[in-house]
Amino acid sequence: MKRDWLIWLGAAILIFATPSFIKSPYFFTVLIFIAINGIVVLGLTLLMGFAGQVSLGHAGFFGLGAYFSAILTYHYHFDPWIAMVLALVATLFIASLLGIPTLRLHGHYLAMATLGLGVVLQIIFKEEVELTGGPSGMGGIPYLKAFGISFSNDYRFYFLSWAFMLLLLGLSINLVHSRIGRALRAISQNQVAAGTLGIPVSRLKLLIFALSAGYASLAGSLYAHYMTFVSPGPFGFMASVKMVAMVVIGGSTSLWGALLGTALLVSLPELLTKLQDYEMFVYGIIMILVMIFAPKGLAGMIGKVGSLARIRLKEPNAGTG
Amino acid sequence: MEWHNQLAQYLVTGVTTGAIYALAALGFTIIYNSTEIINLAQGEFVMLGGMIAASILPLLGVPLWMAVIIAIAAATVVGMIFERLAIRPVKNPSVLNLIIITIGGSILIKGVAMLIWGKDDRPLRAFTSTQPIHVFSTVITPQSIWIMAGTLLAVVLLHLFYEYSITGKALRACAYNRKAARLCGVSVERMVLFSFGLSAMLGAFAGVLVAPITFTSYDVGTMLGLKGFCAAILGGLGSNPGAVLGGLVIGTLESLGAGYLSSGYKDAIAFSIMLLVLYFKPAGILGKQMEKV
Repeated sequence: MKRDWLIWLGAAILIFATPSFIKSPYFFTVLIFIAINGIVVLGLTLLMGFAGQVSLGHAGFFGLGAYFSAILTYHYHFDPWIAMVLALVATLFIASLLGIPTLRLHGHYLAMATLGLGVVLQIIFKEEVELTGGPSGMGGIPYLKAFGISFSNDYRFYFLSWAFMLLLLGLSINLVHSRIGRALRAISQNQVAAGTLGIPVSRLKLLIFALSAGYASLAGSLYAHYMTFVSPGPFGFMASVKMVAMVVIGGSTSLWGALLGTALLVSLPELLTKLQDYEMFVYGIIMILVMIFAPKGLAGMIGKVGSLARIRLKEPNAGTG
Repeated sequence: MEWHNQLAQYLVTGVTTGAIYALAALGFTIIYNSTEIINLAQGEFVMLGGMIAASILPLLGVPLWMAVIIAIAAATVVGMIFERLAIRPVKNPSVLNLIIITIGGSILIKGVAMLIWGKDDRPLRAFTSTQPIHVFSTVITPQSIWIMAGTLLAVVLLHLFYEYSITGKALRACAYNRKAARLCGVSVERMVLFSFGLSAMLGAFAGVLVAPITFTSYDVGTMLGLKGFCAAILGGLGSNPGAVLGGLVIGTLESLGAGYLSSGYKDAIAFSIMLLVLYFKPAGILGKQMEKV
């Protein structure tokens, strides 16, 4: 736990020091997308790595956040922060409606239900033209403002998005190391055994699922106010699959894996713009290889290297002791 | 046209698409029964069937029936290779991990198809004449009849195979209890390989049947596969007759919904039905009773 907080502190310092030595605005755009996607992936990591369930519709919850924020601020002139909270509440409600019946069942019914919801949501975004602008999307979403500062450029939004990221990361670290976190790990190891120990299995799974949907909703609201434009494109089934890929590649059993996976998969297409046609192919093959050879993902690989190094360091002392 | 004339037309269209969903749903059921995996790459086999047939027909100049057989055989081989290379080597085969691998497999196959065939739509010639048949005031295309007859044939053959062949019986034993099946000398690994081949075969058959009506391209598989998946859940995951029934019901309701309610929400119908099923009767129409936590 201490180690997690130390890394958190290190990450925070690094994030707030970065602008002093890098000035390229393009770089900030990529970093902002890493933060926004990272928030979704963080929630999904909690769900997959700690509750042993998978959601195939997280892009839908991300879209709910984005569209609720967009519609409430543009059509109904809500304050963006209030809209963000309302979007969060609505998403939590919808996620609970979906989770209550499906999480009681044994097996992977949540995956199917979220998949269905995700597809239906994207169709609603496309079809409710008067509210959402239909397939061509809607613009004119206001910027976020706080204390007289408008988060209207990349530089300012960079700090805002990463502040959210660090806050939610801190919340997740706390959660994982709490009584609930231990109970969740027990559930993912053996549901029946966890139940006999008095852990309210379906209630906890529901909690973590709603929480992860809530993360996605917040990220969606941030996205809407950063882009000031939303269209149905980034909220489809493929986007949900990409989010699962980020969790898997980063490593679902570590919160830091979420950040690693997101950073890698968000910046990869930026680095390989000429190879855009290969994107799907590369995603697919990496996912399969990671699942076969390193089911704990990048974070697991780094952990393994770390523990090997520690063993090497200790070895010389072994003889003398 | 009066409403009942339209109704007949919508029903014909609905049963035609429903037959395709039924074949895709059967593919899900077969793999689910032998492994508990939800194979999200199922739709890609449908795509492969149509794409391979559409591309080798002008390339090799073979007759249509031969192109169809080659396409189905090739997709079956891809399904078996996928099982051998991506499913079997997994050291920690939790169902969740395996489902994620099938997602990876799905985008991998789709990505490769895009690299080979590009992003354009491809036509496939109709099996026989394109002259529509008029029954009273309802129009039926010969390809629709091919689809219905082909699906019926596949379902009957599959039933006979499960009931009377020794491999079919072994597959049923695996579905019932894998450990017990292994104790009785059934090679579970071989049955898993076999069920991937079989469901790829059915998927590709569906793809070949539907290609002349809808065209085909590298990305048709995902939607068809996911709707087949909705059908499998509606019918009761794990039940073969359920998969066929689910496919026909979803195809029909989709066609009716698109006709009478809203064509924009057509694609949402199958998924909404699935959500309702998960909510009110997760075992589906013909499925086994669900185990609650």
